[in-house]
Amino acid sequence: MRPELKIALVSKVYPMRSHTCAAEGGAAGVIKSDDSMDHHFHDTVGGGDWLSDQDAVDFFIREAPKELLQLEHWGCPWSREPNGSVAVRPFGGMKKQRTWFAADKSGFHILHTLFQTSLKFPSIQRFDEYYVTDLVVDDGRCCGFTAIEMRSGQIKFFRANAVIIASGGAGRMFPFTTNGAIKTGDGMALAYRAGVPLKDMEFVQYHPTGLPNTGTLLTEACRGEGGILVNKNGRRFLQDYGMGPETPVGQPVLKTMELGPRDRVSQAFWHEQKKGNMVPTRWGDCMMLDLRHLGEKKIDERLPLVRDMATSYLGVDPVTDPVPVRPVVHYMMGGIDTDIRAATSLAGLYAAGECACVSINGANRLGSNSLTELLVFGRRAAISAIEYLDGGTAVANETAVTAGADAAQARLRELFNRSGGGETIAGLRKEMMATMEEHAGIYRSGEGLEQACSTLAGLRRRYASIELHDKTNVYNTDLLQALELGAMLDCAEAVTVSALARRESRGAHQRLDFTARDDTTYLRHSLASYRNAGPPAIGYSDVVITRSPPGVRDYSGEQK
Amino acid sequence: MSANGKPYIREVSRYRWYFSSPRYLRYMAREVTCVFIGLHALILLVALRRLSEGRDAWEAFLQNLTGPAGVLLQLVILVFAVYHSTSWFNVTPKAMPVQVGENFLPGGVIIGAHYAAWLAVTLAVLFLAGAF
Amino acid sequence: MSERIVELEVLRFNPETDAEPRFQRYSVPCMNEWVVLDALNHVKEAIDPTLSYRWSCHMAVCGSCGMMINGEPKLACKAFLRAYDGVIRVEPLANFPIQRDLVTVIDDFITKLKRVKPYLVPKSDQPVEAGEFRQTPAELKRYKQYTLCINCMLCYAACPEYALVPKFIGPAAISLAHRYNEDSRDGGREERQQEIASGEGVWECSFVGACSEVCPEHVDPAGALQQVKIRSTVDWYQEHLMPWSKK
Repeated sequence: MRPELKIALVSKVYPMRSHTCAAEGGAAGVIKSDDSMDHHFHDTVGGGDWLSDQDAVDFFIREAPKELLQLEHWGCPWSREPNGSVAVRPFGGMKKQRTWFAADKSGFHILHTLFQTSLKFPSIQRFDEYYVTDLVVDDGRCCGFTAIEMRSGQIKFFRANAVIIASGGAGRMFPFTTNGAIKTGDGMALAYRAGVPLKDMEFVQYHPTGLPNTGTLLTEACRGEGGILVNKNGRRFLQDYGMGPETPVGQPVLKTMELGPRDRVSQAFWHEQKKGNMVPTRWGDCMMLDLRHLGEKKIDERLPLVRDMATSYLGVDPVTDPVPVRPVVHYMMGGIDTDIRAATSLAGLYAAGECACVSINGANRLGSNSLTELLVFGRRAAISAIEYLDGGTAVANETAVTAGADAAQARLRELFNRSGGGETIAGLRKEMMATMEEHAGIYRSGEGLEQACSTLAGLRRRYASIELHDKTNVYNTDLLQALELGAMLDCAEAVTVSALARRESRGAHQRLDFTARDDTTYLRHSLASYRNAGPPAIGYSDVVITRSPPGVRDYSGEQK
Repeated sequence: MSANGKPYIREVSRYRWYFSSPRYLRYMAREVTCVFIGLHALILLVALRRLSEGRDAWEAFLQNLTGPAGVLLQLVILVFAVYHSTSWFNVTPKAMPVQVGENFLPGGVIIGAHYAAWLAVTLAVLFLAGAF
Repeated sequence: MSERIVELEVLRFNPETDAEPRFQRYSVPCMNEWVVLDALNHVKEAIDPTLSYRWSCHMAVCGSCGMMINGEPKLACKAFLRAYDGVIRVEPLANFPIQRDLVTVIDDFITKLKRVKPYLVPKSDQPVEAGEFRQTPAELKRYKQYTLCINCMLCYAACPEYALVPKFIGPAAISLAHRYNEDSRDGGREERQQEIASGEGVWECSFVGACSEVCPEHVDPAGALQQVKIRSTVDWYQEHLMPWSKK
């Protein structure tokens, strides 16, 4: 507690609208006596196909239960055991039951608990509905940022000695995603343009079970509670993709079959689709998520949101019918390159959550590690920022800082006043999404990625001549969408260029032309560095391996 | 008035708002029917007064009450009083949820308990009045 | 896939150019399974990029897209086109100032929310290291429904009391206070009562019940407010008739 610190909480939406609210399943943290830190460590590292930094994973799993307990003490309504202790549920890729949950609205309750608790602290001053446009950097240090106040359209300069970005992912660069409209990679682009590399951007997670029409997420807890996935022949096809043998229906076995990791399950879908084994629906090919054997009572108790979503958006009641689902873009493993202290290479700049890449998630995140990650590294970022401030920041050149802020403002004014460009936001966005869907999906090829890189480079050039239709100041969402598109284009290019450079298959990055994992060359993090003109420069950094040498990811029933 | 850059505030009608939605009308019906409960109370008060004024006054009052106008008035009061009471009974589960073990008693049970109590009181009054 | 042309009548207001709001008509080609939000997104993308509204999750959990749809407060992402015939009229949420088009100013709610202390005031100061506060499933269920408020403001738009008496703290904020009051881990009820058991609090409520009818998460704010009334009535009697029962 440091009440003397002045904290500005700046968000482009009211904080309770943030997309954490859509996370359903839960947050992982070792708490039960049959579990151990070691188990959580190995699940996470193996789940990430050994691209996780193991020192960071160790820190993460040790801090995890503390943060979840802290939330409990702040009032989070975690689901409970009959004796009053916190209940946990099974989750994909986890060997033990360790996912804390609040029915199927875990993220929602975490977000609201944090938001409501924050109201207690007078030193936190909120700036709701401010869109941050630029970080202001002077002499290799982050000195603040500029932001548009949406309600007035005015550009404000926040002079800050330490800045923490917690702005989420960029799933909206794909047409078909579980992500909300606000997840446009703004924070990633901010850091990227300010010179901080984006790490491991090629790793984009598909969640296996999204509704085929809207992309709405049906939580992995559906399978954790015993739901099964079948193809058009009624076969539980995961057994044919290294996740068998078949387990009894309604008695899920951890870390195998339907509780395999997300990348493997989504990839199995892709193969089945190629074989013509999927169920054709008017929204495309689907697999069927069958929950009927759980019964109405359990579905209502444990998965009420799932029932509501499937019934209202698709017209299918999981109590009586199997629900058609398909993989949808869900999560970015990559993000702003941070170290184990949540610090970036730019002094005074920190990042946490999906926008950051520590990396604990490696090449594939395990379900229910992300909510915990944002808690653990959110706190770590704050501690690091305080340490940095306590260390005494050098006196900044205020003239240069102000000039930086003015330049950001001038760029925005130029966009605002530009006319005759002719490019539309919707047009460019559609092309970007189509390219990402076609070439940067579950399986990728060198040829396709080259195509995507050149398309995106072209889109970025054309972005320079987009023109706003709306030239007024108050709540101008046309301007907002233009800025979001700019951020997404930068992130998308980082994804495809990094993916093209990684000539191997690992976790969520699967190349049809390089099907094997290549530890000799690519047991490294990719680092995409921004260049104003042209594609990012790709570099690499070493993965921290402490006690788990790269091995085989075994999700068959025979695993030890 | 010209554009002033400020948020726009819509006027709310103080007296006609309850026509804007059936649910507001239902609410007003519940509230307004309390007048008839009051009317019934008034009749009781008048009855007391007539009783204190002596036999003649009381019998004249009774005659009025059992005449066609009196009966009609009481019927109207009864209808609205029943409507008023039931509309309140029906919202009692919201105000008085009862948790037994883990689950809450279904609303119907709480509403039913109110009707049962009502019936019991009515029978008791009738008994005291010598109806049985 | 079946498609139909939906006529949307959308309230437009730009404070920089308009003195008064006006309605604008859009003909939108829509899929049958779409919600009103999908139709608005189509307008924004293909017909009129100047239309402003809030939205994010498209799954009724972020609470951004509350609007009046044919006069009824709804989440645009849960208002199915199949439920409407003819012209669909879309307006910003009632009882809030219009910032622009379908975007309202909700500062009033945010201020009131803070006033009611919507956070746990722990009954005992057990440190985090000592583990979780025990809470049985029954104790959890006692307040769980009131935790589901997504702050979408539909209840304020439906509440005639709030329309007439803007200082009324209102359904969502009081329900959230009640949520913490009913939590077995909490000891902050007395602090909150000062705000919510007051003239601007529950006693301004006349139990219209509209808030509960429009709540997309079935929180039942009306129930919460009546329960607070009963508790505060009991408090009053305890204080005045049994002064010894309270210190």
